[in-house]
Amino acid sequence: MSVAGARAVPRGKPKLVVIGNGMAGMRTVEELLQLTPDLYDIAVFGAEPYGNYNRILLSQLLSGEKGADEIMLNTPAWYAEHGIALHAGDPVVAIDRRRKRVRSRHGIELPYDRLLIATGSQPIVLPLPGKELPGVVGFRGIDDVERMLAAARSHHRAVVIGGGLLGIEAANGLSRQGMQVTLIHRSRVLLNQQVDADAAGLLERNLRARGLALRLDAETVALYGNERVEGVVLADGDRIDADLVVMAVGVHPDTALARSAGLHCERGIVVDDTLQTFDPRVYAVGECVQHRRATFGLVAPVWEQARVCASHLARFGHRRYRSTQTATKLKVTGIDLYSAGDFLGGAGTEDLVLRDPRSGVYKRLVLKDNRVIGAVLYGDVQDGAWYFELICDATDITLFRSRLLFGKSYCQALDERRTRAVA
Amino acid sequence: MSATATTCPYCGVGCGVLARVDAAGATHVEGDPQHGSNLGRLCVKGAALGETVDLHGRLLHPLLRESGAAPRRASWDEALNRVAKGFRRVIDAHGPDAVAFYVSGQLLTEDYYVVNKLAKGWLGTANIDTNSRLCMSSAVAGHKRAFGEDLVPGCYEDLEQAELVVLIGSNTAWCHPIVYQRIARAKEARPSLQVVVIDPRHTATCELADLHLPLKSGTDVWLFNGLLAFLFRHGAMHAGFVDGHTQGFEAALATAESDAGDPAEVARICGLQLADLLSFYRLFARHEKTVSVFSQGVNQASSGTDKVNSIINCHLLTGRIGRPGMGPFSITGQPNAMGGREVGGMANMLAAHMELDHPVHRDIVQTFWQSPHIAARAGLKAVDLFEAIEQGKVKAVWIMATNPVVSLPDADQVKRALARCELVVSSDIVAQTDTGAFAHVLLPALGWGEKDGMVTNSERRLSRQRAFLPAPGEARADWRIVCDVAQRMGFDRGFAFEAPHEIFDEHARLTAFRNHAPRDDTPMAACRVLDLGGLVGLERQAYDALAPVQWPVHAAGEGTARLFAEARFAHADGRARFVATAARAPVHAPDREYPLILNTGRVRDQWHTMTRTGKSPRLAVHTPEPFIDMHPRDALLCGVRDGELARISSRWGTMVARVQHGGGILAGNAFVPIHWNDQFASDARVGSVVNPVVDPISGEPEFKHTPIRVEPFPVRWHGFVLSRRPLATDDLTYWTSVQGQCFLRYEIAARELPSGCGAWARACLGAGDADADWLEYEDPSARIYRAAHVVDGRVEACVFFSPRPDLPSRAWLSGLFVKERLEDIDRVGLLVGEPLEAGADTGPIVCSCFGVGRNTLCEAIRTQGFTTPAQITASLHAGGNCGSCVPELKQLITEVHAAANA
Repeated sequence: MSVAGARAVPRGKPKLVVIGNGMAGMRTVEELLQLTPDLYDIAVFGAEPYGNYNRILLSQLLSGEKGADEIMLNTPAWYAEHGIALHAGDPVVAIDRRRKRVRSRHGIELPYDRLLIATGSQPIVLPLPGKELPGVVGFRGIDDVERMLAAARSHHRAVVIGGGLLGIEAANGLSRQGMQVTLIHRSRVLLNQQVDADAAGLLERNLRARGLALRLDAETVALYGNERVEGVVLADGDRIDADLVVMAVGVHPDTALARSAGLHCERGIVVDDTLQTFDPRVYAVGECVQHRRATFGLVAPVWEQARVCASHLARFGHRRYRSTQTATKLKVTGIDLYSAGDFLGGAGTEDLVLRDPRSGVYKRLVLKDNRVIGAVLYGDVQDGAWYFELICDATDITLFRSRLLFGKSYCQALDERRTRAVA
Repeated sequence: MSATATTCPYCGVGCGVLARVDAAGATHVEGDPQHGSNLGRLCVKGAALGETVDLHGRLLHPLLRESGAAPRRASWDEALNRVAKGFRRVIDAHGPDAVAFYVSGQLLTEDYYVVNKLAKGWLGTANIDTNSRLCMSSAVAGHKRAFGEDLVPGCYEDLEQAELVVLIGSNTAWCHPIVYQRIARAKEARPSLQVVVIDPRHTATCELADLHLPLKSGTDVWLFNGLLAFLFRHGAMHAGFVDGHTQGFEAALATAESDAGDPAEVARICGLQLADLLSFYRLFARHEKTVSVFSQGVNQASSGTDKVNSIINCHLLTGRIGRPGMGPFSITGQPNAMGGREVGGMANMLAAHMELDHPVHRDIVQTFWQSPHIAARAGLKAVDLFEAIEQGKVKAVWIMATNPVVSLPDADQVKRALARCELVVSSDIVAQTDTGAFAHVLLPALGWGEKDGMVTNSERRLSRQRAFLPAPGEARADWRIVCDVAQRMGFDRGFAFEAPHEIFDEHARLTAFRNHAPRDDTPMAACRVLDLGGLVGLERQAYDALAPVQWPVHAAGEGTARLFAEARFAHADGRARFVATAARAPVHAPDREYPLILNTGRVRDQWHTMTRTGKSPRLAVHTPEPFIDMHPRDALLCGVRDGELARISSRWGTMVARVQHGGGILAGNAFVPIHWNDQFASDARVGSVVNPVVDPISGEPEFKHTPIRVEPFPVRWHGFVLSRRPLATDDLTYWTSVQGQCFLRYEIAARELPSGCGAWARACLGAGDADADWLEYEDPSARIYRAAHVVDGRVEACVFFSPRPDLPSRAWLSGLFVKERLEDIDRVGLLVGEPLEAGADTGPIVCSCFGVGRNTLCEAIRTQGFTTPAQITASLHAGGNCGSCVPELKQLITEVHAAANA
């Protein structure tokens, strides 16, 4: 039926099919509409039964600081308004590249002239005994949040495995929902992908003060329970009882569909600087892609990918994606934490460090050749964006190095004084 | 409480001060409008007197120290016995010349009188010398040679009535600010008043000068011999005066002609432009009303006495003396240098302007005193005295109110001498001084505001220092301590004084005693100009109420503003003497090894060894740190840089100071201030570098000319600390402490901090506790470290380190210590060292009276287009009180406008 239906569409505009109704895919569509509102007939398939929502705000949905409607980006009405056919709750299950058609789980088949894959990522599920027990969840979508909230209403104890951004946000959210939360992290250092040990120490202090139990340098070896998960076992033999276990140990690009369609994938779907896959008609953006060996987990590079990809879909073809520095913010209310670039440094790098533990402030910039290459800010992240700009622009900071760590306003004050001294 | 009229204890201008203690116990001072010397004005040091009278650091009870041990508290009884017995034992074993007194121009006349009387009349030694030896003795010797007595002819009013004021070797603007301001005001009212400054340095005083002669150090006698010859040749001689009232003209002129007959040659020798030299000579020739003011630049030289006489010669030749608006004028360095000279408190005087080697004088004094002895030959002058101590010839010394380990030349020799002296007694008001560290007996004396007596200033004006504060702890007046010891040595008679007016009365009577030409009935008599006959018999009340008066005060009771009105001098024949002054170079010439000439002197806001001015935050900001001012060319040759540290060495010793280019130093010269010592800095006693060369007549050391070498003093870190508590300085290579408002500031430098900056700072600033509120900033590869310790929301300490002396201004940080709570925005700025808001940092203080900083001034000059100091004063008050900073305001105006036009 669908095939016939598709044929009924008059051949006029070329067809763009978007697989994935997440932030990357829809941002690309928005960019595209801005460039050429009428170039394509657009259809969007998404696994989740909603419009497009802001995944970044899931933490706040969990903590209760935001409601579900507050995290929506584009409502179904928006799709209709822009003539986009939205197939929510109906993921694409097959791509026939030779015939340039996709097929959804519900059996909808659509032809495409251009295909955009934005399937995002899947949470990593640790291969532990008991991982299938009810009460074990990831932290990826609205439905995960809803399961956690349901557990919080009826149960008391939660374990979050993984002290990265998501894990901390999940732990904090569950704690705010009234659960006793134990956060288990393999490294001695929380957020070891994002910050250095000093900042992590401040964070640790803050989290403990919020009532979270932390088990650092601890490896989970098993989950136990009968009907439902009842706890976890650590490598040292300690058992921690829990009615809810959240695995937040990372994500991997969701490449299953692309692989099944024979697209070249490594860790992610391999794209070039135009976000084109090995098939010239197929583009990919977001957490599912791999660009020059890099994969992505933060929003800023994805926005840039969307901008570049849209320009090519719009047939302007004037943009190139360059892997840029990334910046991270922890989305836990009351904890300001920001990191960007190469914040660990190494040979040939220099550090600027400011510690004010009583005020809960820690700042560190990593310099190389008189340029900022990394930043970790804790407690006072006001200048994060500025440092990020300095990193991206590779600005020579020699002239204001002595004030750099004290922020943009101090450096500007210096600039003004210099100007006046000259005048 | 009503105000007490008293006299400032600093320089020899001798300003009247009104002091008042408020209900909270704070002392407030203002200038005394009734006092003829200052007419209500005070300089910044005088104005800050209230900040120096607290008891912090005071010596409040006697201390005894057995060699090597820490001092222990003792009763007065024990301490006085120790002194009396110690002196007695030494005299019995080695004779009276084995004991000595080294006293001070800070003593009051009465103190001076009794110690001089004890030494010369009862112990029988003239081994009593004074720190006046270091500043005024060449003037004294010059006066005696020319006038027959140590007489300053004129008064301050002469400066205002003159047509030409020549300031020779005097940074009057900084060292005698009120005299300077009287000249400045006179010049403002009458711009025809010409001012010539003769000084190797371009000082703040030069801002007033119509002509500055930056003569080569030590060539003054050539300059004035040349002037004498010039005046003679150009008909400026007052033949009637020379014939009628002088002697020795021909010889003096012949010497002058042979030394300096050719102005071109004089200009070459003095390193001056011939045109400038001739301008000066012509100015001098042309102006009848000429006052030649001279100070330490003249006196502190191996030819100091000849310099004085070469100046006086020019006044004798032109007859310009004894009349209003003219005369040679020695401006004294200390508040009571002249009072000390009046009572004879020097090794080569007897008493009351009488001489040791004069049998009649000895008879007069001994008869008057009815003393068992009378010293008959000169004692040891300061430098010789400490050499004799080191040689073991003098075995007991009593040092009063002075700090010779800091102030004498070759000061390390003084340390060696005191270290091997059997008995060192020190009367002082301060517990810890460089000299006190060597004392076996420390006696607590009264300080300014507590003590009561007489001082005499540069214009022979006797003024009362009156007490308005109670005696603190067990401290006693110096005269009483001396009398106590004298009595314990068995000298009841002669020292049974109960109050200072009794001592003053005795002194006054001595000045008048047989003060006339010998007569048949009293052949043992001698005329002296110093006559206080009019002040004899003052009862306590009259003494207390005594208004300032200039001596001589004859029986009628009137003072005398000017001497020599009748051109009658104190030599027996009534004639003044020309002295033939053959010019000679300073003793030690620079050479390859020690190529620069070190000059020393005061800075604007400090006094002597800082025991008092060092306590005042207001006085600390103008020049916080010891420095060596040198010419950029020499700095380049020596490999040192502006703002960095340098080691200064001579054949006698070394010190460390920060290099600065003040812009006023001739190539080949350098200037270091005299004030800093081991209490305030790690290694900044310039005295240890100065050569122990003295003038053969006056015995005054050549402080203004020591060959030195300057080398880099490399350090790994420069830094500073502001702290509410004193800092342990053990690990530091260099430090200077500076008193701030509610904190101490330390300028520091280090070569090695084994534990690293952070650990050192935490430990030293009292933040060893891991929970301390400790903020820090680190740029380790740039070797920058900054930290602050906050206690209960109030800043406790902060520290800044950098490999270069490029540290932030201390001014804004200093202000944070006054706050009881830091605001959040200040907390951020604490590690930057600057407020976020531009303009909130006022910069280093220029006007100490109103606390106006350099940044504020420059901004105002720039934005409001000020072109005169008066405009600045009208807008910002700066310069409107003591006026000491006016020369700097002028300089800032010039700089800002020059920058704007560049």
